[in-house]
Amino acid sequence: MPVMTYREALKSAMVAEMERDESVVMLGEDIGIYGGTHLITDGLFERFGPKRIIDTPIAEGGFTGAAIGMAMAGLRPIVEMMTWNFSFLAADQIIQNAAKLRYFSGGQVTVPLVIRGPNGGGVQLSAQHTHSLEGFYGHFPGLKVVSPVTPHDVKGMMLTAIRDPNPVIFLEAGALYGTKGEVPEGDFAVPFGEARVAREGRDISLIAYGRQVNMVLKIADKLAAEEGVEAEVIDLRSIRPFDEGTILESVRKTNRAVVVQEQWRYYSVASEVAALIQEQAFDHLDAPVERVSGEEVPAPYARNLEVAAFPSEQQILDAAHRALYRKV
Amino acid sequence: MATEIKRPSTGAIQGAFHDGTTPRTGPDSIHPPLDHVDVGAGTISATVAPPSVGDEGLPHETLREMYRLVALARAVDERMWQVNRAGRAPFAVSGQGHEAAQIGAAFALDRSKDIVLPYYRDLALSLAFGLTASDLMMSVLAKAGDPASGARQMPAHYGSARLRIVTASSPVSTQLPHATGTAYAAKLRGTGQVSLACFGEGGSSKGDFHEACNFAGIHKLPVIFFCENNRYAISVPQNLQMAIDNVADRAAGYGFPGVVVDGTDLLAVHQVVKAAADRARRGEGPTLVEAKVYRFTPHTSDDDDRTYRSPEEVKAWRARDPLALFEARLREVGALDDETLTEIKGRIKSEVNEATEAAEQAPFPDPTTFDRHVYAER
Repeated sequence: MPVMTYREALKSAMVAEMERDESVVMLGEDIGIYGGTHLITDGLFERFGPKRIIDTPIAEGGFTGAAIGMAMAGLRPIVEMMTWNFSFLAADQIIQNAAKLRYFSGGQVTVPLVIRGPNGGGVQLSAQHTHSLEGFYGHFPGLKVVSPVTPHDVKGMMLTAIRDPNPVIFLEAGALYGTKGEVPEGDFAVPFGEARVAREGRDISLIAYGRQVNMVLKIADKLAAEEGVEAEVIDLRSIRPFDEGTILESVRKTNRAVVVQEQWRYYSVASEVAALIQEQAFDHLDAPVERVSGEEVPAPYARNLEVAAFPSEQQILDAAHRALYRKV
Repeated sequence: MATEIKRPSTGAIQGAFHDGTTPRTGPDSIHPPLDHVDVGAGTISATVAPPSVGDEGLPHETLREMYRLVALARAVDERMWQVNRAGRAPFAVSGQGHEAAQIGAAFALDRSKDIVLPYYRDLALSLAFGLTASDLMMSVLAKAGDPASGARQMPAHYGSARLRIVTASSPVSTQLPHATGTAYAAKLRGTGQVSLACFGEGGSSKGDFHEACNFAGIHKLPVIFFCENNRYAISVPQNLQMAIDNVADRAAGYGFPGVVVDGTDLLAVHQVVKAAADRARRGEGPTLVEAKVYRFTPHTSDDDDRTYRSPEEVKAWRARDPLALFEARLREVGALDDETLTEIKGRIKSEVNEATEAAEQAPFPDPTTFDRHVYAER
């Protein structure tokens, strides 16, 4: 199976859909001749021309609104947020318009729109370039929200996103653009609403999404090698729709759960997962559900401060030990 | 407390119609007084459209249809307030005073294919694009038959996919970027459609306005930005909204023409929007049209406009009611006589009564459907 970087896999999905469907257009800052500030659109301008690869003014609300209009008129626009942090400028268009237009048209209008870009931290860009917005966007009915972490999934989920008739918030693991993985040839759309069991195990469920999945997989290997504990790792990957079944099935098997996320704890995805487990798998639990989250500070710039602000492998290991009633 | 309000000065030209050569005040005024506030001087770059003349060569049948729609819009609007005040509708927001501008604009478009993105005062525009009195009463009374949303959205958020009326959000001006998108799609696909997006002068303060005009100018999009300047954003008068006379002056900053037109002069608006639509269809890009109007009613049924403007002021403006002005014009050019007028008015009265009756009899939405239409199925 071919090996690709996350970046290449992402691009290959968009290229394939643009080749297949001429209604797919792309808008964003510096996505044209420059190829995107993260080189996601490198070469697309030459390939598809300025009418379909649209370099925009620095006006997130304006170009997101334009994309909504395009979508209502039958195009399938993909908006690049240079980083998701800039999407706050477009929040009214995303939340008040894209997410509600279908409902407020009684089903007459569809908004087949993908908004994509790097999300999360870990690359020393400080707080105005560092947010994990899964919980924020996941809150709003009318949006679909996904957070793929492997090259395989970023391609498969982008194929699904572009074909979806609803607005899709596509949160890329910005720190992982250069990571490699196996990506099948051809068309393999990964459906939304299905979590991925990234590692099977029977002793404890480690639940994460985004770049924390890779950290959690390392911890799982460590637990197996050093303590004989077989952890099951769940990559949520689809935040809305949310796969409750896979989480519950896992916890009913392992009876213990740790949820890991980069975003802040309050009102977060991990809180949602923990609530789900206590509501629907309470009798299966042998320990309280643990949450490991980002610290309650804006993301700092200095490497050591940034590391201190995000979940560490040690914190995840400690949480697993608490859930396993092992000495921390 | 409201600040002191300056009254209209009879005979004085209002600055808004200043074209850079015509005196702002004095006997040479090109229009009767339309403004009551001293707006900033600023540089005036918009074109000022001349008043219309006679029937402007339009078939009298068309003129009568225009008149019927202005009068129907007024009648539906008044009925909305009545049912609200009678406690049968939670909310009303209206466009009384704007109707002529909207009908002038609508008839300048190709109503069989163009796209309109109205705002909440565009009752008349929406009627001209095919919504009916019954449709509107269904919205007002929150009935399942509301064509915009099945009573999920508030009234006056006009929408119909079939009629190419694109629904807008309550936060103002977000439809302006949408219009650049619909116009971009039309241009990309060569459909020849023009998009007309409406907003008030208050809405022109928002970033959405700037960002939409900027984007439209860059791509020379077939879009008309149609500002219905009624002098007040809820209570805030124009001179506290902007430091310039004309919203249309801003077009210069985006690389396309701005035109100011008397929004009480239906045929003048028609001429201006026709020229803008022709220009858009020729591929020459957007136009910003500013129709100067006046809002006769409070902002909404939840607003008391006596706190910020005097009844005398409203009365003075009602003397220039566009409905009456258009009626007088049509009589003058021989397009309307007593008999026809009686017939039209009678028809409207029954139409509005029947629409109200039908909407009052119609069912509310089935409560079990409250969560339908959140997501599209594949």
